[in-house]
Amino acid sequence: MKKTPTVGEILQAKGVSRRGFLKYCATTASILALPPSMIPRIAEAIENARRPSVIWLSFQECTGCTESLTRSASPTVEGLIFDAISLDYHHTLQAAAGDQAEAARHAAMEENDGSYLVLVDGSIPLANPGYSTIAGISNVDMLKETVAGAAAVVSIGSCAAFGGIPGADPNPTGAVSVMDIVTDKPVVNVPGCPPIPMVMTAVLTQFLTFGTLPDLDKHGRPMAFYGKTIHDRCYRRPFYEQGRFAETFDDEGAKAGWCLYKLGCKGPITYNACATTKWNSGTSFPIESGHPCLGCSEPNFWDKGGFYEPLSTGKFDSGERLAGAAAAGVALGVAAAAAGRRKQSKFAKEG
Amino acid sequence: MTTLEGIQGAAFPFHGNVRPILNEVIHAIDKLLDTGEATTIDLASLPFGPGELEHLEATLGTGELSAKLDALGTSRIRETAYPGVWWLEHRNAHDEVVGRYLEITRTPEILKSQDADIAAGRARLDDQSE
Ligand code: SF4
Ligand code: SF4
Repeated sequence: MKKTPTVGEILQAKGVSRRGFLKYCATTASILALPPSMIPRIAEAIENARRPSVIWLSFQECTGCTESLTRSASPTVEGLIFDAISLDYHHTLQAAAGDQAEAARHAAMEENDGSYLVLVDGSIPLANPGYSTIAGISNVDMLKETVAGAAAVVSIGSCAAFGGIPGADPNPTGAVSVMDIVTDKPVVNVPGCPPIPMVMTAVLTQFLTFGTLPDLDKHGRPMAFYGKTIHDRCYRRPFYEQGRFAETFDDEGAKAGWCLYKLGCKGPITYNACATTKWNSGTSFPIESGHPCLGCSEPNFWDKGGFYEPLSTGKFDSGERLAGAAAAGVALGVAAAAAGRRKQSKFAKEG
Repeated sequence: MTTLEGIQGAAFPFHGNVRPILNEVIHAIDKLLDTGEATTIDLASLPFGPGELEHLEATLGTGELSAKLDALGTSRIRETAYPGVWWLEHRNAHDEVVGRYLEITRTPEILKSQDADIAAGRARLDDQSE
């Protein structure tokens, strides 16, 4: 493998002061959802980290996930993408096209065999692989070929993680998720429609900083961000406890900011970090804007009844609750992801 | 002067997310005075309803010392009206807030001149005097 500079060397070459570096580490701790007491360890790890090669594959998707990531307010994201990781292949962002682009993908795979990360957004059509091709190569073939030498795969967004909109009933393209195809590599799912940019950044940052993958829940999602429900951290929770609910979008309860449960809020069974990380540089999140949570980070959320039907109608909850399946450590996390994967395939068949 | 205990008793018109943080600040002040140990509270990890963060900032007020740091975007480091309780806000190169912290400490680490910067500065000075 060619010798790449450490992140410390890159920052030094850019004239970033130690104070700037401390700031970078503080925000990295925040991104990784680690306590501030970890900052010295993060600083040491980042200084010595070498930038990993990243290959990003886009299949049946709307580019919303890339949009989300490139609008990440992380101080490091522009640095993370262009300095701290080596983004060797990305249809939308790369300058190269055609044969040149494919050559770049192959070169990155050869040079970094066994150590590169593959990021995928979009689902993979199996009904007819010709529904989605890149350079004449079907999505499924490109995925299989590219992950062969990868260290791990990160599914960005609900389409790559669970099939998403393309996989919604009646699933005309036979869309499946990455974990339906990749069964012999660690797969980290970062679902959401789109996923929160900071979560995508966090997975990359952890890999860059510590060379590890995050602990995962049974759906293969990083516990640090998907370990609690929206409801657990919702600022409207006191109203829920008091039984104060908005009944319509324009009644007095809605104006007073009461709980949106009766308007269909899926927050109680949706594992995601919106309530604290928020969106648009921490400005707000859907519930804060008066709209119930749609449950976009849960498998098959499109096919689980109306967005505005309360959970108590029983359509959304498929019994797929996390049920304390906290995964500890990467190995266990991967096993849990595999278990989730089996369940997911079963669910897909049933659904 | 208003005391934190006094503020605690005040009415909080929002969703109740400010009071627990003030309690945590009081405990952190006690720890600082008793053991010298500093505490950092990452405000990004806590739920806030509309206006609550601003309410927390206004409640803690402004103290005697504030500083601006220019490194990877600007940062504001300000002692609140409660000595030892610092409000830190980091922004990126696009002036977007990327981190907000309360540090309960005598001096936030980021205010201190760092050895690596001191050594690099000394080398620059050496070059200049040649
Ligand atoms: S608005 Fe939704 S997430 Fe918030 S308390 Fe009500 S049901 Fe829970
Ligand atoms: S609030 Fe719910 S539906 Fe909205 S982005 Fe967050 S998890 Fe998805």
